[in-house]
Parts: sequence; C-alpha cells; structure tokens
Amino acid sequence: MISFGPTDEQEVIREAMHEFAEQVLRAAARDADETSEVPEDVLQQAWDLGLTSTQLPDGLGGGGEDRSPVTNAMLLEELAFGDPALAIAATAPSLFAFAVADHGTEEQKKRLLPAFCGTKFHAATVALIEPSPTFDPLNLQTVAEPKDGGFVLSGRKRFVVLGDRAEHFLVVARNGNSAESGAAAIDAFIVPRDAAGLTISPVEKNLGMKALPTVSLELERVEVAAEDRLGGDAGIDALRLLASTRTANAALLLGLSRAVMEYCIPYAKDRTAFGEAIAQKQAIAFTLSDMKVETDSMRWLVWKAASQLEQGADATQAAVFASSYAAREAMKIADNGVQVLGGHGFIREHPVELWYRAARTLSVLEGIAAV
Amino acid sequence: MIDFTLSENDKKLLDYVRTESLVARKYAREYDENEEGFPPDALPEADQYPGVWSLMGGRGAEDTGASAIGMMVTMAETWGDYSIRMRKGRGVGLGNAALSAAGTDEQKEKFGGLLLSMAITEPGCGSDPSLVQTTAVLDEETDEWVINGEKIFVTTGCRCDGVVLWATLDKSAGRAGIKSFLVEKETPGFIVAHKEKKLGIRADDTAAYVFQDCRIPRGNLLGGKEEIPKQGSGGFRGVMKTFNMTRPMTAAFGLGMSQAALDFTREQLEEAGVDLSYGAGTHGLSAAAAKFQELEALQEAAVLTVLRAAWLSDQGQPNNLEASISKAKGGSAVRTITQGCIELLGPMAISREHLLEKWFRDVRITDIYEGTGQIQHLIIARTILDYGRAELN
Repeated sequence: MISFGPTDEQEVIREAMHEFAEQVLRAAARDADETSEVPEDVLQQAWDLGLTSTQLPDGLGGGGEDRSPVTNAMLLEELAFGDPALAIAATAPSLFAFAVADHGTEEQKKRLLPAFCGTKFHAATVALIEPSPTFDPLNLQTVAEPKDGGFVLSGRKRFVVLGDRAEHFLVVARNGNSAESGAAAIDAFIVPRDAAGLTISPVEKNLGMKALPTVSLELERVEVAAEDRLGGDAGIDALRLLASTRTANAALLLGLSRAVMEYCIPYAKDRTAFGEAIAQKQAIAFTLSDMKVETDSMRWLVWKAASQLEQGADATQAAVFASSYAAREAMKIADNGVQVLGGHGFIREHPVELWYRAARTLSVLEGIAAV
Repeated sequence: MIDFTLSENDKKLLDYVRTESLVARKYAREYDENEEGFPPDALPEADQYPGVWSLMGGRGAEDTGASAIGMMVTMAETWGDYSIRMRKGRGVGLGNAALSAAGTDEQKEKFGGLLLSMAITEPGCGSDPSLVQTTAVLDEETDEWVINGEKIFVTTGCRCDGVVLWATLDKSAGRAGIKSFLVEKETPGFIVAHKEKKLGIRADDTAAYVFQDCRIPRGNLLGGKEEIPKQGSGGFRGVMKTFNMTRPMTAAFGLGMSQAALDFTREQLEEAGVDLSYGAGTHGLSAAAAKFQELEALQEAAVLTVLRAAWLSDQGQPNNLEASISKAKGGSAVRTITQGCIELLGPMAISREHLLEKWFRDVRITDIYEGTGQIQHLIIARTILDYGRAELN
C-alpha cells in the first residue's frame, strides 16, 4: 500500500532530532568549520541520544529496536539540517556498527557491538572511497588476497571519516579469491587501528565539511584473520551495503538543501530592494519555490529507497535514483542559496557558503559517506 | 508507516489497465494523423475488457487509497495513449466534476446524466480567469440568463452534451462577479465554432465556442447563488479548490506518456547493446546510460510528488500546496524526459514510424493547461513565503 505516513514514533524522533540539530549542531557548526575541529562535547551529546545503540540488539546492550533505514533517513535529514559535517561525524560509528549488525556473523556481533552500546562515544568507520578519479564502488582497486585461511589487504583509501580516532576500520575490498566480478566480489574486512602494514595519514584538508576529520589509509600487505571477513564465509551483500550508503547520503543532501531553503526564505522576506522585499520579485520567489519542489522530490525518493531497504527488497535502483538526484539538486539549491543572499552569500558570517562547499563535497561522494 | 509496495489488488488492477492500454495504443497513430476525426466512444475491442471500474470494488485496508491508485491507473492509461482509452461509454468531463462539487441537488438530478465539458479560457484570458469577458445578464421578464462571449480550448467540447461555463455578472466586481452556468448543446445562440488544431493530443476533442444572445433558464446558474460576494473572493476560492485533485491528475496524464517514452528508449538502447544497469559509479556508466538514469530518476521524483498529493487527499488532509508542487514538477519533468529521450535515440526518434515523437508533442500541454508551471510556482512561492496576492503577483 502506498503510504507517505511516518509512524507516531518516527514523528517524535524527527522532532527531537530537529531540535538537537538546530540548538546543538547549528550552533557549533561555524566554529567547527573555521577551526577544522569536531567538538568532542557535540559528539558525546549526539551519542547520548542513542543514534547508534538504539537499533542494536538488546542482548548486546543495545536498545533492541528494529533496524529501520526509514527512521535513519529521517534522522539524517534532520541532523544534516543542523550541519552536514557534524551529522556525519556523529553517525560515523553507526556506519560501522550497522554494517556489522546487518552483515556480520553472530561471533562478530558479540565481539564488536557491545562497545557501541556504552555511554562513551565510540569511534569506528568504514573505508570505501579510493583516491582515483575513476573510482567505481563496483570495481575496487583495494584487493584482499587469501593467505593461510586469512587475507592480505593491499591498496589505498581516502575520505575515511573519523579515521583520526577510529579504533576499527571496515575496509571494503575486492576479494582476489572470487571468481565473480562486480558486487559479488566485494567483501569488507575488520581492521584494527594498530594493524601491521596500516598507515594512517594526518587529517585531510578538504573543500567543505572542514569540521569532519577524514584520513587516507595505506594498506601494505595488512594481514587479517578469516573471522575478520565481515559475514564470515558468506561475506556481505555488497549491493545492499552500497544502497544503504547511497540512501543515507541522499538523506544528508536533503537535510542540507532544506537548511539552505529555510535560511533563504526569511532572508529574502527581510531584505528589500527597489521598495519591496526581494522575495516579492518572481525571480527570487520562483528560485525559492523551486527549492521547495526539489526538497520534497528528494525526500520521497529517499523514503522510497529506505523503505525498500527496510523491507529487505533490492533497493539498488531506488538508491541510485535518490543519491544521484539529490546530488544534482542539492548542488543547485546550495548554488541558488548563495545567489539569493547575494554578497552576503559569499561572506562567512552567513552559513550559506558553508553549505555551498558542503554540497559540492557531499554530492561527489555518491553515497559513500554515511549509513 | 512509510510504504511504497503495491498490494496484490493494486498490481492486478494496474496490470489490467496496462493490457487494455496496449490495445488502445494500436489506434494512437491513426487518430493523431487524422485530426478531423474522433476516436469512437468505445473501441471495437471494448466488449472483451470489463473496464477498470469493475476491478475497483472490494478494495481493502491493505490496498492503496483511492486517489493514489487513481493516479497510477491514470498513468497506466495514458501510457497507452492520452486520447484513446478503453472507454465503455462516453465517460465524464471536467464539467461533471464541477457539477458534483458545486451543483444543487436539483441540478445534479437534471444534468447528472449528461457529458459536461468545462469552458473557462477565452482568447484574451487564460491563467487569470478574473479577466473573463463572457457576460451573463439576467432578463427578469423571462427569468433567463443571456450569455454572450467566446470560449476556447474546451476539452471534450465537440462530443459533450453541454458545458459548465464561466461568465461574469459584473465585470467591475473582478473575480467575485464570475459565476458558472450550465448550458446544453442545441440551445439557440450556442455555437461550436471549430475543433482546435494542436501541436499534440490531436485526437483529443478540443473545441472553440461562441455564445450569441444564448438564453438559458435562470435555474442554470451552478449552485444557485446569484449574489456577488462583496468582500474577497470566497466563492472563487471554492472553485479553485476543485483543482486540488485535477492538478496532480493532470501531471499524471503527462507522466504516463513520459513513462512510455522511457520504456521505448530503454528497449531501443538495450537492443543496441547499451548497458543500463544500476549501481556502478559515475565512471562505470556510458554517457547514454548516465543520461538515461537521470531521466528515469526525474520521472520517479515527479511520480512520487503526484502520489504524495493524492495520498494526502486520501487521508483527508489539505493538499493545495502539494497539488501545485506535483503539477509544477510533473509539467516540467515530462518536457525534459521526452526531449531527452529523443536526444538519446537520435535521428530514429524523430520518425513518425515510432510514437516517441508523438509523446514528445503530446506531453507539452502538461505544463500549460490546468494552471501553467509559472502559476503553480506562484502558488508554491506564496505558500512558503506566507504571502497573498498583494505581496506576490
């Protein structure tokens, strides 16, 4: 049955997240960007909301709620409305933990998940993106060659979120042992921070989302045991993992777009030129109405992909639609946001230039940055 | 709960409509080329098909709501052809919707059995109906309204039995002076001037009317309220409300056709060996595949705005804003999609041997009738800015 109706519980979560995003994330965003530092207390406050633990099994200390990609998409939209960089930093541990919860063996869940159910922010992350202009998630250059029952990982990763502090990395690589190609050959490996052969770069300097610490990884014959292959012998459902990250990325872009729109509306009503508010001129009014049309469109695409993930269906197509559409439209919206503010859109006193940089950054990641 | 799956009943219904639509499509080219002719009220094959309404009964709680599934049925119908459907009979017109929304019981009784078109647009007035020049003057001696004026772009205007027409009682009263009148065909002074010649939807019956001292009974004023409201335009607003379902529906008309264009384009590209599978990164896609996926995503986005507007209506919630969003989005999406499909297929696409060039022409009306894209943006902008007509015009 086609339904656009969130559950009562989801409405409550959206409201709570919106409040947190507005009061905590938005308030911290500018300073965090200027100093290129993610404020620890903000991460801890986000952790206290149970972003990660709520949907982990209660037997392992989690909240025992069903894993809900739809709820998570709503949550990411609201958090990104506050600030996309801080939203990703706050949810990076979920990236790792949810991948383990969804694809891991019982042993892996027992070993790794309790750390995400504690009271202290626990940093862990996924390493997927590679430093090549022809990066293709279905054709990875990082390879896992089998050796003595385990694997040897070689390759390079970049844009690894929270990599400066993560205790574990989930390194996504092509299984050199696989006769298959594409998604079927993709596996993920749990690599501890102190693994021999792993070099972690200093924090990368990026165009946007400067508050978000990202690093590059150099894997030089990093040896992992068989039980560190996520999902054990069965491996992972890589298409599902990619669909999840794409959907999540689209949700972040949606939240960012809404932030721009909701900032521009009062600005355009307040700013006057030639005797009336600039919002009273169709050139500006229609730019704003277009933002409304496109943020709505993005949201339904995100919800559709998330709902297919939730129901266990193949969400590949819906996730590609959501992420590619959101990437295009969010960039346009952020671009127009700068234009609506004119000179003020270029000044760092207003957040719009920050969103403009963030949109360009986030929209090239095509769903790689968050779960 | 957020859900985008279709129930078994939903699927059965849509499968049925698509089967029917393919039969209707066989006639698409013939009536496009023969613009003077009219497709029959019922196709020769009609007896072999029970009709979509026979499947609409017995729907349960697990099935998609009536408005939302109605939009999907509409898309599946125009996917076959916009103008030619597997009608069981003559169907209903936009005037019938106005009659059931605003007519008195007596009027519904008297005119309900007729096929009624709706005449609003005039040679000098389209998006701003307050400029209506057609007049209705009461002749108190005979208790008749005397109608004078011209109407154009009247959908089902040739085949209908009568029309609901907008005329003004008092031009100086602006929008408040506009009333709707029921006029039956064959009334002296009601002249069907011609069938319009159009870019697309050529098989569609679109008429131009002239009214010359056309006299109708006093009781034919729709809703029966003769007085002109002094302040504001309350009555007018009531009329505009009927657009809340017709706007998403109009978008759905166009999106059925753009889906047909996408399906045809996919078939042709795949036959030519272009890989259109999903999931690879930007560099794993050919330029054609990337472009095609962009168009598909646009189609999906527009369809979802239509379903969202309809879903709100099914929930009994206001959907004025969402109706305009779906119309603005749908109207612009179908243009981009059909233009893009032609670009993707190149020279073969412009041949009248295929229907793609027809869909390209047919969808173009989507962003114009039932409120242009610009009018929808005006409504959306006013809503999000909390402006009235005085602030944003």
